Amino acid sequence: MTDATNNPGASGPTARKHTSLLTIDVNTRKRNRAEARFRSYGIAAIAIGLSFLVMLVWSILSSGLPAFTRTVVEIELTVTQEEYAAAEDQLFKTRAYQDLLVGSLAAELGEDVDPESVERIIGSPGAMLRNYYTANEDQLGEAVTFKLPTSSRTDGYFKGRITREGQERSTFLTPEDLDLADEMKENGIITSEFNWQFLTGTEASDDNPVAAGIGASVVGSFYMMAVVLILSLPIGVAASIYLEEFAPKNRFTDIIEVNISNLAAVPSIVFGILGLAFFIQFAGLPRSAPLVGGLVLTLMTLPTIIISTRAALRAVPPSIRAAALGVGASKMQSVFHHVLPLAMPGILTGTIIGLAQALGETAPLLLIGMVGFVALKYPDGVAEGLLDSNSAMPAQIYTWASRADQIFYEKAWGGIIVLLVFLLTMNIVAIVLRRRFERRW
Amino acid sequence: MDMYDAPHTERDVEQKEVKISARGVQVYYGETHAIKDVDVDIEDNTVTAFIGPSGCGKSTFLRCLNRMNDTIDIARIEGEILIDGENIYDKRVDPVQLRAKVGMVFQKANPFPKSIYDNVAYGPKIHGMAKNKAELDEIVEKALRRGALWDEVKDRLDASGTGLSGGQQQRLCIARAVATEPEVLLMDEPCSALDPIATAQVEELIDELKANYSVVIVTHSMQQAARVSQKTAFFHLGNLVEFDETGTIFTNPRDKRTESYITGRIG
Repeated sequence: MTDATNNPGASGPTARKHTSLLTIDVNTRKRNRAEARFRSYGIAAIAIGLSFLVMLVWSILSSGLPAFTRTVVEIELTVTQEEYAAAEDQLFKTRAYQDLLVGSLAAELGEDVDPESVERIIGSPGAMLRNYYTANEDQLGEAVTFKLPTSSRTDGYFKGRITREGQERSTFLTPEDLDLADEMKENGIITSEFNWQFLTGTEASDDNPVAAGIGASVVGSFYMMAVVLILSLPIGVAASIYLEEFAPKNRFTDIIEVNISNLAAVPSIVFGILGLAFFIQFAGLPRSAPLVGGLVLTLMTLPTIIISTRAALRAVPPSIRAAALGVGASKMQSVFHHVLPLAMPGILTGTIIGLAQALGETAPLLLIGMVGFVALKYPDGVAEGLLDSNSAMPAQIYTWASRADQIFYEKAWGGIIVLLVFLLTMNIVAIVLRRRFERRW
Repeated sequence: MDMYDAPHTERDVEQKEVKISARGVQVYYGETHAIKDVDVDIEDNTVTAFIGPSGCGKSTFLRCLNRMNDTIDIARIEGEILIDGENIYDKRVDPVQLRAKVGMVFQKANPFPKSIYDNVAYGPKIHGMAKNKAELDEIVEKALRRGALWDEVKDRLDASGTGLSGGQQQRLCIARAVATEPEVLLMDEPCSALDPIATAQVEELIDELKANYSVVIVTHSMQQAARVSQKTAFFHLGNLVEFDETGTIFTNPRDKRTESYITGRIG
């Protein structure tokens, strides 16, 4: 009977309906459709997520990468002893150097070039010249080739941030200036190069925005992370080991446990206020100091580290503890000789992820004033230590994002790239550590 | 051969020195009364088997003998257990010191995720039993030989203990337990996760171990109890129902419940 499905009446009420496996029944078809639908939802969700990621990466890279190059004017300049003495004698010394530079450059470009136009193109590098000559007096009278950053608008013009149409009625950089700049580019006076100053430099004022760099705040972030690591790892691990392995299970430890979980969910700005009230106003620590920033971030990181450490300790099978106790090890020996080494990859991963979180935290830093304006002192001034005013990467990015000159917009995105590189590196280290030290039993 | 011939009759009937003596032991897990008034005398150089259906309290009682129940917060123990006449629940007793004297092998082989050598050497190290590396090497070799594992692993002492087969892992755990020179060896269903060949090897080993130790073994397998033990205790619902020569328990039990269990009617 090959076509049993076509003949339902043949079987009795209690007999099972004979169906062919070669035809798909209604129920199965329904289930298959539901499964296919669910798969397509999942794929759509992943596609949406991925497209957001692509958009994010694309916008970060397209806005931030220009920050890593800069437009420079290459010029050979000879400053004589007399010119130096005359410049140092004036009230506005950097202005005098600026005039020397502009004069020399205008002369090189030709008779009909307006010195004011040249000045608008090259911005105000007078201070750099002065710094150079005061430090190298032996170079006076010699021909020195300088590569000096142009004004932020010229830089913007060559990077496409500023258009010719937009400058039609501008007095800061006129269309005629742009013609001259194009000419200088053709002559090879204006070139483009990798912007090391962005990576190593300090914050800069609105007078010389092209000089602004993230270097000082990288150092600030590094100090803070050092404080966070030194404080939160031992405190967090000790607290977790006590709670997980030694503490009696009673109402009091339950309350502690609930509170640690709650602390992990407290908004970071609350920690900022706490840090301001306690560390600065009550304890009298200096504002803008990496020590205070580190202490506040330690408060924030501790719950993360405690929670991940406890999870790592709990993941060690109880049979290992029983084995250690069984051969006569004390509780502490069983923990330190056996449980802790096995939990180490988990603890390290949790710590690095906690640190990465702290590295990207902005809000509490704004409240404790970790937006110190560190200029020119770098690297000597910045390296002085934990109590010196400093900034941190996310706070620096935040400050740049609110500054007027358009070049700061570019620098903020560039700063985000630097921050993300640090964060990705930390996460990769966490993954590598986990892979390498993972044990199976 | 010796483990198969005359397993449970007139072997070792002569009285031996009592090693462990339990009197009126009660164990409570929270509200549950897990062990009810157990009295038992365990002899030296004897294998004593605890049998009984699941949840009858045999493992719980075993864990009282080296105070492993102390690690369970809700467990409460009353009565007294004397080892060589000393009450191990006396306030002055440090359970850590006790466990060096009463070794334990667990149901699931639980080698440390370290080398074979370190697994065995760990106990002697923390108890300061070796003055130098040579002495430690000697202790490790002796323990592995007693664990009937030496010949199989002597060329790879640096290999991980967790890389051994199930039976080898369990023998490694036995070697680890005997390395600290305990006087009593507790075994909590040591063969339940092993295949028949590995089981036979471990049973042979247990038989040899009784020359030096008082061995207490919890087992689900009545055949195993009959094969390896000289004394058998039958636990049921937290009571010690019957304790006698193994031969007597299996051939001529006094209690109805024992008879029902060994003939397969309860359990």
